[in-house]
Amino acid sequence: MLENTVQMATIFSRRNSLRSRIMQNVGFTLLFLSILITVIFLGSIIYFIGINGIGVMSWEFLTAAPRKAMTAGGVGPAIVGTFYLTIGAILFSLPLGLACAIYLSEYSPRSIAVNIIRLSINNLAGVPSVVFGLFGLFVFVDYFHFGVSILSGSLTLGILILPGIISSSQEAIIAIPQSLREASLALGATQWQTIRKTVLPAALPGILTGVILSIGRAAGETAPILFTAATFYSRGYPTSVFSETMVLPYHIYALMTEGTHPEKQTAIAYGCALTLLILVLLISALAIIIRQRQRNKML
Amino acid sequence: MDDLKVRIARIQLENVNFYYGSNHVLKNINLHIYENKVTAIIGPSGCGKSTLIRLLNRMNDLVPSSRVEGTILLDGKDINEPGVDVVDIRRRVGMVFQKPNPFPKSIYDNLAYGLRINGITDKNTTEEKVTESLKRAALWDEVKDRLHDSALRLSGGQQQRLCIARCLAVEPEVVLFDEPCASLDPISTKKIEELIQELEKYYTIIIVTHNMQQAARVSDYTAFMYLGELIEFGTTEKLFTVPRDKRTEDYITGKFG
Repeated sequence: MLENTVQMATIFSRRNSLRSRIMQNVGFTLLFLSILITVIFLGSIIYFIGINGIGVMSWEFLTAAPRKAMTAGGVGPAIVGTFYLTIGAILFSLPLGLACAIYLSEYSPRSIAVNIIRLSINNLAGVPSVVFGLFGLFVFVDYFHFGVSILSGSLTLGILILPGIISSSQEAIIAIPQSLREASLALGATQWQTIRKTVLPAALPGILTGVILSIGRAAGETAPILFTAATFYSRGYPTSVFSETMVLPYHIYALMTEGTHPEKQTAIAYGCALTLLILVLLISALAIIIRQRQRNKML
Repeated sequence: MDDLKVRIARIQLENVNFYYGSNHVLKNINLHIYENKVTAIIGPSGCGKSTLIRLLNRMNDLVPSSRVEGTILLDGKDINEPGVDVVDIRRRVGMVFQKPNPFPKSIYDNLAYGLRINGITDKNTTEEKVTESLKRAALWDEVKDRLHDSALRLSGGQQQRLCIARCLAVEPEVVLFDEPCASLDPISTKKIEELIQELEKYYTIIIVTHNMQQAARVSDYTAFMYLGELIEFGTTEKLFTVPRDKRTEDYITGKFG
């Protein structure tokens, strides 16, 4: 009887281990397929944009203003405009978002009011970007009389990326082990010294990851800047924060929907898309380098 | 306990109660901690020994909905009085934690951290104190050639000695050890124990441990705690050889724990 039970158990466990191994292989295969599909999509985006956009690339394309009803010349002002708007949005939302994240994660009491604030911030991230555009038009362009300008556009984009900056910074700050805070406090540091000298440096890589994602978002959005910063055509570069400006995403939209020479314009639109990709990559690279430096310092 | 009275108490707890929410965690604790001596606090898990030493540098301030009653005197002054600067208390009463918790910075910066926040910016003074603390924590010889490497590259035992050095750098009067060897291997543990006995010359030391042999090896006085109460206090020798309370005896003979 006992022997029989032992035998049964062995058979079960064998069958079981075979089953587990098959399930494991199926699982791994599915995971691998997912990553493969993702890589194929990402790769083909870069490939198609690259193949179609590389043809129009030239020094003139990158630096000159458009000519002949946008069928010739370059997109220099749009590149500069996109760069300014993206940097402006980060300059506005990073300090503000970081401060909010510090308050919410380190200082705020656990109360219903604070939870409602948290919930609202998360919901803000889900609001369609065109709504931010209308908000920017109403508040920055009209109410504050900033006009259709780089300033208005930067602030609008800044508000758009603010929830993302706050929640990623908050995640990064919360991930810092309590033991580090205690180490600092036990040495006689104040809470503020602890945050500034221990928590923030350790959280910086995580915070910058949020910034990197936001850079892509800010550079690529069209709707928020449609009424607040973008102009269809300008002959030169923007001269101040109160200038309106050409921007790459909007320029792509304009090229594809208006004008009289669709084939020429489509080529330029692909060129713009390629330029936008490279621009986002360059700005992100800056943040990635800072992040890597900080990580190396810690290890 | 007559032999105890002649010494000066550095820390004195009088009728100390501690509540966490509606939990009565520490019950009417009366305890004298003597100067330049090692006092061990032993007891089973959850008896309140860590909570007790965290009261001494007011780390429990961080625990929401907690409440202290009674008086805790540091050199005769109540540390919980309204006018007292908690930052000053924590500088005078240093703490070494259960798990080594070096900052993700260089060895040097770990040591200099406490000096900087206490307003010491002079480079020579900082270097001097960094060296001195590392020597005192018996870590100098192992790290003197790589002071600017990250502290996270050190072994667990080295990290713990770094944390001790970091604590010593701000020149505390009392050093609290909260199960400092709980996560260390036997050789590192031995080193830390030897170090604690060495440090007795300079500081008043309190060590929480659930390792009775450790308490017996390193301490001059031992306090036994059980279920939030201080059951017995005396010289380590007496407490381990002729315990007065039945519960102490049962614990040190391994009947529970």
